[in-house]
Amino acid sequence: MQTLDKDEAVEQATFDQRISDEQKIEPTDWMPDDYRKNLIRQMSQHAHSEVIGMQPEGNWITRAPTLRRKAVLLSKVQDEAGHGLYLYSATESLGITRSQMIDALQSGKAKYASIFNYPTLTWADIGAIGWLVDGAAIVNQITLQRTSYGPYARAMVRICKEESFHQRQGYEIMTVLAHGTQVQKQMAQDAMNRNWWPSLMMFGPHDSESAHSSRSMGWKIKRMSNDDLRQKFIDQTVPQIEALGLDMPDPLIKWNEERGHYDSGEINWEEFYQVINGAGPCNYQRIKHHKAAHSEGEWVREAVRSYRQKQQDKKTENAA
Amino acid sequence: MSQEQLAVYEVFIRSNRGLDHKHVGSLHAESPEHALMYARDCYIRRSEGVSIWVVESTNITASQEDDIESFVDPMDDKPYRHATHYVLPDNVTGM
Repeated sequence: MQTLDKDEAVEQATFDQRISDEQKIEPTDWMPDDYRKNLIRQMSQHAHSEVIGMQPEGNWITRAPTLRRKAVLLSKVQDEAGHGLYLYSATESLGITRSQMIDALQSGKAKYASIFNYPTLTWADIGAIGWLVDGAAIVNQITLQRTSYGPYARAMVRICKEESFHQRQGYEIMTVLAHGTQVQKQMAQDAMNRNWWPSLMMFGPHDSESAHSSRSMGWKIKRMSNDDLRQKFIDQTVPQIEALGLDMPDPLIKWNEERGHYDSGEINWEEFYQVINGAGPCNYQRIKHHKAAHSEGEWVREAVRSYRQKQQDKKTENAA
Repeated sequence: MSQEQLAVYEVFIRSNRGLDHKHVGSLHAESPEHALMYARDCYIRRSEGVSIWVVESTNITASQEDDIESFVDPMDDKPYRHATHYVLPDNVTGM
């Protein structure tokens, strides 16, 4: 058992009171070490996901079918970079540095959403990702706007505003393909089928299996459980699949009148853990590319550093 | 070079003329000018604002919320400073 000294006990009580009063915790407030660690884990993982998520979509920028689609995709990928920045900045307010976070990502110590370890095989994947992956992210992020850590909650508000365009542009791509030629429709069906299960996996393991869930819920870092969020996503997405006129990606999807929800099949959890632990189709490629981009950008940071040094030297010279 | 060798700037955005600048986040930059350009690229991508302020974080002097009671007297013992303290006759309006 951990024993607290008297001051710490008072701090802990203030913290607990704030959490129970739905007040936000701010960077300069006292917070339990585990709360801080848990936030750093979740927020940096979220930031890494935004950044790594640019890769599968970036894969199609030069091959977008029209100039408009290309401009849209560029904007979306640029947004993801921005979201990464919001989240890295917010995480830095907890006392971890940007380079520590990047090291953790590159060494595999920190995770990112495992969905980005799947390849984007056809143009329809860009539609399916915007629609399903961003759709799943939005369901989660809407609840995180009420998370207990102030900087995280505020970053989520900005991100959610921007994400709704992401989902719609994806659905628009799917709509056009689903109403196109037989081959295009088949392409849409295939991309949806492949992205469906990994999208459901984005919500994480079942509540009963989730290592961090209950504590995070207690601290109000998480506001809704993995399974509840997943159900919410399934319920909102099934009618969208029907509207596209595509076949269900899971034959067990069926409305359950009694529950007031859609029933669906079980996720392949073995695949989930395999991909999380590094054995997905693109894990190696994603990190390799991140490392390459980071080191190829070194000359820019180098230039900034020497410019700054020169400016400082000039100032000192003029002052002397 | 690591990001940490660059200063942290806080970014404030005025969304429309006539409104206050509001804090939106922070970023690392080499100079105020650099911070301003970076803030433009990151925080105004779809007409979120008409004006940006960037301030190096170390230039901000902040009060401590914990000391607020000793530092800023909330004047809770002076309710007469609030309009609601005064009782008006029911037939008096427009005040």
